[in-house]
Amino acid sequence: MCAQPAPAGPDTGRVVLDARDIARALTRISHEILERNKGASDLVLLGIPSRGVPLAERIAERIASVEGNAVPVGSLDVTMYRDDLRLKPARALMRTDIPADGIDDKVVVLVDDVLFSGRTIRAALDALNDLGRPAAVRLAVLVDRGHRELPIRADFVGKNLPTSLVEQVRVTLDGVDDSDAVTIQGAATP
Amino acid sequence: MTGYLIRGAAVLGGDPTDLLLRDGVVAEVGTGLDAAGAEVVDAAGLVALPGLVDLHTHLREPGREDAETVETGTRAAALGGFTAVHAMANTEPVADTAGVVEQVWRLGREAGYCDVYPVGAVTVGLAGERLAELGAMADSAARVRVFSDDGCCVSDAVLMRRALEYVKAFDGVVAQHAQEPRLTEGAQMNEGELSGRLGLTGWPAVAEEAIIARDCLLAAHVGSRLHVCHVSTAGSVEIVRDAKRKGWNVTAEACPHHLLLTDDLAATYDPIYKVNPPLRSGVDVEALRAGLADGTIDVVATDHAPHPHEDKDCEWAAAAFGMLGLETALSIVQETMVDPGLLDWAGVAERMSYAPARIGRVADHGRPIEVGNPANVLLYDPAVRRVVEPSESASLSRNTPYRGMELPGRVVATFLRGHATVLDGKLQ
Amino acid sequence: MKRHLLSAADLGRDDAELVLQTAAELRELADRPIKKLPALRGRTVVNLFFEDSTRTRISFEAAAKRLSADVINFAAKGSSLSKGESLKDTALTLEAMGADAVVVRHGASGAPHRLAHSGWVRSSVVNAGDGTHEHPTQALLDAFTLYRHLGSTDGGRLRPGSLEGRRIAVVGDVLHSRVARSNALLLRTLGAEVTLVAPPTLLPVGVGTWPVETSYDLDAVLPKADAVMMLRVQRERMTGGFFPTPREYSRRYGLDGRRMATLQDHTIVMHPGPMVRGMEITADVADSDRSVIVEQVTNGVAVRMAVLYLLLGGSEPAVGGEE
Repeated sequence: MCAQPAPAGPDTGRVVLDARDIARALTRISHEILERNKGASDLVLLGIPSRGVPLAERIAERIASVEGNAVPVGSLDVTMYRDDLRLKPARALMRTDIPADGIDDKVVVLVDDVLFSGRTIRAALDALNDLGRPAAVRLAVLVDRGHRELPIRADFVGKNLPTSLVEQVRVTLDGVDDSDAVTIQGAATP
Repeated sequence: MTGYLIRGAAVLGGDPTDLLLRDGVVAEVGTGLDAAGAEVVDAAGLVALPGLVDLHTHLREPGREDAETVETGTRAAALGGFTAVHAMANTEPVADTAGVVEQVWRLGREAGYCDVYPVGAVTVGLAGERLAELGAMADSAARVRVFSDDGCCVSDAVLMRRALEYVKAFDGVVAQHAQEPRLTEGAQMNEGELSGRLGLTGWPAVAEEAIIARDCLLAAHVGSRLHVCHVSTAGSVEIVRDAKRKGWNVTAEACPHHLLLTDDLAATYDPIYKVNPPLRSGVDVEALRAGLADGTIDVVATDHAPHPHEDKDCEWAAAAFGMLGLETALSIVQETMVDPGLLDWAGVAERMSYAPARIGRVADHGRPIEVGNPANVLLYDPAVRRVVEPSESASLSRNTPYRGMELPGRVVATFLRGHATVLDGKLQ
Repeated sequence: MKRHLLSAADLGRDDAELVLQTAAELRELADRPIKKLPALRGRTVVNLFFEDSTRTRISFEAAAKRLSADVINFAAKGSSLSKGESLKDTALTLEAMGADAVVVRHGASGAPHRLAHSGWVRSSVVNAGDGTHEHPTQALLDAFTLYRHLGSTDGGRLRPGSLEGRRIAVVGDVLHSRVARSNALLLRTLGAEVTLVAPPTLLPVGVGTWPVETSYDLDAVLPKADAVMMLRVQRERMTGGFFPTPREYSRRYGLDGRRMATLQDHTIVMHPGPMVRGMEITADVADSDRSVIVEQVTNGVAVRMAVLYLLLGGSEPAVGGEE
């Protein structure tokens, strides 16, 4: 969410994860979640729109294929909880879709594409607070690019990607975009 | 110094001519005039017109001195090139007695910027119920000849008939504000597609036309004079044209704002454009211009209607009807009639000076610029353009709909009986 | 969206669909344990009502409070003595209080427009009904209700364009109805085909230039309609000579069980409220399965939340069709 802008200009960037890398990372994350949770019971995956949602769905598929039963997947829009709401023009809301059994006493795994300042996750924690009381909240991200501004860390990380602040990390996902890839753009060095 | 020697003025737009104004009259007309002791006014490029006469002015005094006084209103009139104005009767108290009309008349004399001819109310308190003492007002020092309930319509047919008959005794005229009251209950703007969309109650053209048609028939029936105030619709022009063709004694006036502005301005919901009768459609504007050009409409009258700021600085429905007009009238006539070639300067003199003076039976105004006539003259520069700035108005009020508009022409000088009330565009 | 919402005409198709989409998200809030979002924390919304309208005021109040805004209710009715001055003076007072949005209901057409454009206030102005002019949030909630019933949904979201070609009959006192004006504009913008049905005395002059059909014959229109929106007939109109008697009006333009039977199976019946039962609508119709009148009220809160959020939620209003 924090690193979306960058329309595909002339600088299409350096690919740091391709489709197979992403698939492998998600498989690993799925296993780690199961290991940490000791199975799939009481798990709820909540993707943060837009790209956290398909990631959550892919993780859920992998968990289902390992455990044999479906894990509830939903989406959690944090727009109204953002601390920079007043700094930009009013934004369209995205889907919030909480699975029917809710989140009370569940282990909620928040799923996002890129972890950067941590402000999105802070907003997500506030949003969860208004929705119920989970037993625990964990965080899975495809990429952690550093530069945290809040005391927040991911429990499950696809790839740690040291970046400079001038760079932009761009995640594209089949379904939302046309292919799976993670690229870095706008690097200071040629 | 005795008198003014005006050099090189285009009288009614004709060849440059010198005019000597002395002892209150036009003393000499010619070229190469020389007059010892007279103040010379260079009028090269300026048009000389007979002092304008307004048949329809609201001076608001007595009663609404916060909007206008006789003094401020006549100052505005002088700046607009007027040497005589007819002050409408809807004051507080209403000018329905000899006492009130004499008071207004006296205030005009004291102000000295232009002559004020009070209009007498047709009915007591403008209530439309019984005739005011029309004869007493006619016989008063104010010598009232024009009677009008302007602002209200004399809608009762019998009362209107009686008024038309009664004023014959002293050669008066009834100036009707033509507005069928039931058809215009709560009316806010021209009835049309836009009023429906804006949710503002419509003021249908038929409400004006029905009264004009009735009054023309009544005037013909009783053999009296009818004057129709502020004609605003194409249909009204047609009815008046038809009445004149029949030889009936009907005259009509149009207002500058109805010659220029259209009802789409109401979409701003800014009550600066709220006026009664309302701004009409482009078709109506064209018909008014054509009617004024062919003489169907005899007169341009301002309906100068000052209102204090708070009566316009509010929502549309709560706002007062009316707009300023004296200082911009001639410019708008130039813009809408002279520049497009519909009227020449002689025509302007007829519509804005001779005809209104004739209708109002004013002897000392509306006379050609000829030797021996009262020296009521204005000099006008049609070549300049100016942007209307409300704060520059001499009126106490600021409700001009022309704010920020660029209009042609400027009154350079106005002479009332040989005295300059305006010189160099400034009040004297 | 522009800074103000004064007329349904202010909304292009993209803007309108953004509001409705946002409302779709916000409507689910009603089913959650905590019916509150923090988006307008610290913002002040003033409900400035020069006319009584408890329903509309409560709807806006609930909407603003659910977005965590501070709400000030200002009932200015009765100050008509001072004519229009009260509007300006009240506006200046609100400005001094630091209102971010003024939701205004006024008996004079164009009053919100004046408030927004006169320089009296800097806040956003939302028209909550002005005279016989417009009531844009009512039209939005009606459109939202129509989408939910007639427009197909796609994963909980409204599918853009799904009112395209749908036939909506708006029946009753169109002449004096701000609801009808706003609906005619908005539903047209969204691609629906609107037919205004009324006796000739209750259709505005110039309605022929509106982007709608008109009819004097309710029975001819009903079988083709996908939705029927009944307008209230105000008591003062009943004696205003617009029609001979209330009984004749009901007979020709009222929706009763017999007429309801001529509707298509999917057709819904709407009413902006408050209803005059037995006049424009009979009780059996108002309480029937086709009636979505109660749901309209629920939808009203969501739509007004969406409007307030999109006007006040960011540094500037959500930008729609124009820059």
